[in-house]
Amino acid sequence: MASALINVPPKAKRGDVIEIRTLTSHIMETGFRRTAAGELVPRDIITSFTCRYNGTEIFRADLFPAIAANPYLSFFTVAKDSGKLEFEWIGDNGFVSTASASITVE
Amino acid sequence: MSVARTIIAAMLLVAAPALLAGEIPQDARHSGYSFMGPDTRAMQDDDTSNPGMLFVLDGEALWKTRSGSAGRACADCHGDARESMKGVAARYPAFDKALGRPVTLDQRINLCRANHQQATPLSHESRDLLALSAFVAHQSRGVAITAGDDPQLKPFVEQGRALFVQRQGQLNLACTNCHDDNYDKHLAGAPVTQGQPTGYPLYRLEWQTLGSLERRLRSCMSGVRAQAFDYGAPELVALELYLMARARGMPMESPAVRP
Repeated sequence: MASALINVPPKAKRGDVIEIRTLTSHIMETGFRRTAAGELVPRDIITSFTCRYNGTEIFRADLFPAIAANPYLSFFTVAKDSGKLEFEWIGDNGFVSTASASITVE
Repeated sequence: MSVARTIIAAMLLVAAPALLAGEIPQDARHSGYSFMGPDTRAMQDDDTSNPGMLFVLDGEALWKTRSGSAGRACADCHGDARESMKGVAARYPAFDKALGRPVTLDQRINLCRANHQQATPLSHESRDLLALSAFVAHQSRGVAITAGDDPQLKPFVEQGRALFVQRQGQLNLACTNCHDDNYDKHLAGAPVTQGQPTGYPLYRLEWQTLGSLERRLRSCMSGVRAQAFDYGAPELVALELYLMARARGMPMESPAVRP
């Protein structure tokens, strides 16, 4: 079950700097830990995050094993047009999770 | 604001039960929240930065999902959880007539699965069980704790208190030695809290996941180098019940965030 929590201001004035906060559900298993039997627990992390604003990429991040479980990312952009923000997380073992939020710019 | 006022009013209205020796008076009770730094508080306060809310979302989906051979979902009997589950977690562990002993919220979920859904029980600390209990407990946010008020629970609350004040483990410490007597001090740089169970199941940054009060109690027991009770053991349930009764009147915060 992949779920995400997105915080985008529903309304903004044109030209405003807005904060976007995202939190997604993922175990972020580092690949360095061992089980009680001594076997290595295979790495399972999110490797990349992308945010598109009306189809244009505005933010991208690469994620690494040292990032905690359920990664929280916060970033800023300039409110230009009303429309849709799309979020995509890509990870190991074919992990893909998407979410979207809409914004009205006046 | 009005919610906070209602809670304060409710706390003032309830008749304060007589305190036993060493117990923290009502007006000196503080949630673990008040021992945290501003960053962790902010994380708990904002539902879009509180990782516990991810579990609540999963729990909401599970609430509506049919399970077991009866082909029923929680929602088929209980309806809208916002109505039916409000305040429920604040009175758990509750007395189960059939078993003749108190059961935790997690145990109640599994009893419901066995008796009404004909489904297999969810294992302790599994993601699905934590998600469901987080979803149910979230409906009680802000509700004052009343667990232990049922007169049938009296002997079990007393059993829990006896365990709370009993020294154990190689360090020979009782829960009360830290959480009643020294909650204003620090242990290895970390604040010793009062051990008020207001936010379970809660997201512990150390665990990187949500965990139950039983998990927290078991790690405390390992900390004093005692043999921890098994999950679901009557002793652990009694201890949980006593802790909830000890926090009587405090508002629920589930899912809380703790360091």
